[in-house]
Amino acid sequence: MTKPKRRDTSKVMKEFLSEAQELVESLSRNLLNIDSALKAGEPDPDMINEVFRGWHTLKGLASTFGAEALAKLAHEEENLLDEIRLGRIDLTADALDSLLESVETAIRALNAIDAAGDVNAVAPAGASEAAPAARGEARAAQPQIDIDLHEMVAPEVLEVLTEFEEHRLRTNLQQGRGVYRVRTRFALQSIDAELDAIKRRLKPLGEIITYLPSTESGDPDLLDIDVILVLNESLDALDTALEGLEAKREQIVAPRVQPRDTSQTLQPKPERGGAAAPKPAQPAGPLSSVPVLAEPRADALVSSRSREQGASLRSVSQSVRVDIGKLDRLMNVVGELNIIRTAIAKVSDELRTAMGRRDLAIELHRVTRGFERRLAEMREGILEVRMVPIGQMFDRLSRMTRKISRSLGKEVHLVIAGADTEVDKLIIEELSDPLMHIIRNSIDHGVEEPSERRDAGKPDVGTVALTAYQKGNHVLIEIEDDGAGIDGERIVASAVQRGFLTPEQAGSLSEREILSLVFLPGVTTAKEATELSGRGVGMDVVKTNISSLGGVVEVQSEIGIGTKFTITMPVTLAIIPALLVSVDGDTYAVPLNTVAEALILSPADVQSVMGAEVMTLRGKTLPLCRLDRFFGRPRVEPLPEISRVVVASLGQRRLGLIVDNLVGQQDVVIKSLGESLADAGCFTGATEIGDQRLSLVLDTVAIIEEFFAIGDEASRPLPVVG
Amino acid sequence: MTSSYLVVDDSRAMRAYVAGALRSSLDCRVDEASSGFEALRLFPRGTYDAVIADINMPDINGFELIRHLRASERQGGVPIVIISTQTSKRDVERALELGANLFLRKPFTPEEIVRAVTSCRPGAEASS
Repeated sequence: MTKPKRRDTSKVMKEFLSEAQELVESLSRNLLNIDSALKAGEPDPDMINEVFRGWHTLKGLASTFGAEALAKLAHEEENLLDEIRLGRIDLTADALDSLLESVETAIRALNAIDAAGDVNAVAPAGASEAAPAARGEARAAQPQIDIDLHEMVAPEVLEVLTEFEEHRLRTNLQQGRGVYRVRTRFALQSIDAELDAIKRRLKPLGEIITYLPSTESGDPDLLDIDVILVLNESLDALDTALEGLEAKREQIVAPRVQPRDTSQTLQPKPERGGAAAPKPAQPAGPLSSVPVLAEPRADALVSSRSREQGASLRSVSQSVRVDIGKLDRLMNVVGELNIIRTAIAKVSDELRTAMGRRDLAIELHRVTRGFERRLAEMREGILEVRMVPIGQMFDRLSRMTRKISRSLGKEVHLVIAGADTEVDKLIIEELSDPLMHIIRNSIDHGVEEPSERRDAGKPDVGTVALTAYQKGNHVLIEIEDDGAGIDGERIVASAVQRGFLTPEQAGSLSEREILSLVFLPGVTTAKEATELSGRGVGMDVVKTNISSLGGVVEVQSEIGIGTKFTITMPVTLAIIPALLVSVDGDTYAVPLNTVAEALILSPADVQSVMGAEVMTLRGKTLPLCRLDRFFGRPRVEPLPEISRVVVASLGQRRLGLIVDNLVGQQDVVIKSLGESLADAGCFTGATEIGDQRLSLVLDTVAIIEEFFAIGDEASRPLPVVG
Repeated sequence: MTSSYLVVDDSRAMRAYVAGALRSSLDCRVDEASSGFEALRLFPRGTYDAVIADINMPDINGFELIRHLRASERQGGVPIVIISTQTSKRDVERALELGANLFLRKPFTPEEIVRAVTSCRPGAEASS
């Protein structure tokens, strides 16, 4: 058969890539859900079917668009999932490993295709060299009750079932459950919402096998749908769920066992081979993993479509994928419009003071204000588009956690909170590696071996909690484990061995200073590097990466209790509100998110402590830094009589920056200084501030760190990190 | 004369592929439905020269769609082309038994889908 053309950059091709990416993302999410469901009991068959359909769709797409290697991978996975969903292979943790592995392979393949613009850019290795049977464990023969579906269920139902639906029906009948037909009538116009409501009512009661449409009503605007439902609960529960709906129920097959809420002892308990997790009383009960939703109220029916459909993302997705570069360009345009706005405002002001056309000046002023408001809205809008829920990254981290903990023989539960916290896409991209590294460390060095944990009176399963939340203009991400904590002595020994400090200096360190030594290159708590941690990327790189994004990472730890890393990041990098200050005739921009306050400083306020200038602010000592001196520039203009202090704060540290004057506040678009000036450590970039004037943007993080490092070197030659 | 088609598939790239193939070689309008239910909603509105549908879809599968169409008074005779990667012989047979005109296995070329659709259109021999 002739294949469609290989190189196709058309819209259809883009559609393929974008849908394929969505598919693998939801595959990953569904597999992780199955993983947690597996630990709690039995996963919902719907979830497994969803994964099957995901690979199935991907296979169809990939083969249609000529991505043969990807199609082959999808084909293998589809086959394996088919065996699993049809109950021929047991779904074990090992099988899940390889299923997740294949998702990663698919992600890499798609990235390569995307980058190269060629569907055959990669030939991903097959899903697994092992035959499907070896990837999952063949299910041990179950004591089955032979049933004849055709005797029990009308042919009009049977003839339209897919193989999977038939299998689910058979499995449930073998377990003696009752099957019902719930007939409902929908107005065609609102069918999505109404059907969703029915789904949410019925799903907690059992398993929906399929929906059968018919037009017996004779009205072209109405549609009768028969929901074929396997009931796990009592008939009363079903009737309660149907209350208020125009629905009739009818029994297709009577239950042979009592519904579970009245008796559990009568349940047949089929033996299963290979599953590691303990099974609940009802092994095939699909309910164990279904979130039990509150009983829906009639008035909530219409507006409730998206929740249940979360699993089948594609059918409801309203989203568009946009290249972040395009947003950057838009943001630049906004930045330039901002500069034009400033220029117009200036002309407008001049016009007002000039004699003559005062009416025109007022009109121009009014128009300018309108323009400003719209521009602000536009900026907000673009910023909003750049923001993505941090949960996008958490999926990847969950997969990795699972992989690492299994390879180390530790069981680790990743608890995620705040997945819907929104962060700039760029930050998410850049944060992913540092976060992975911290989590890898937590599992490798933090969480103890199960036996060790038992001795310490902790549960066998370790916990790594990943929490994200917004605080002002910052997003905080905490990675907290319940492991052994950081051994301060070992850290100090390692730092001494690496020559960062002498044994004498080591003695005078505070606890916080000791912990912050983990961010120095090569400093480790591990006696010997394991395969995971010995990759040459240390916490120093984590710290550098986070700093380069304008963030800080701090660590707290308690022996025997655990370790917590806290990352503080700006919400966005694209455009920031800044405080413009003047120092010796030049204007600098200080990112407002690092400014705590600004004060007037009279010479009398400045005290000298051991050669360093400080002032007292509300009873606390505030170290002062004269920016002109700090930059090492000889002063040209005379020192003003009264200076200003900008109090910069970051994490726990505060520093007073002495400037000549405050110029004003302005939103600035930061532009890179370029390769040649990449070493200008104290500046994050430059920005235009109107009148075609340029201003350097201070890297407050770097300034604070360098200031304290120099200060400390004077008294105690210790590199301060933190 | 402008013909009109309905493509039912839960993959939007697949819908775009099929619709693109039909539009580029036939003078036609193509409606798209991303689920069986969406198709059910469209049926009473339009008259289609052919319906192209996948089998494996959530909620309402392709079989149910075929039966529903065949039972309907207005559109009982509309040609149905099933496009699926389904490898199961059972499913191919079932689709044809329920009244599908053709079963086209994915992957297919644009030419193949156009040929399939035109071949089962009433009075097809004369056209295209």
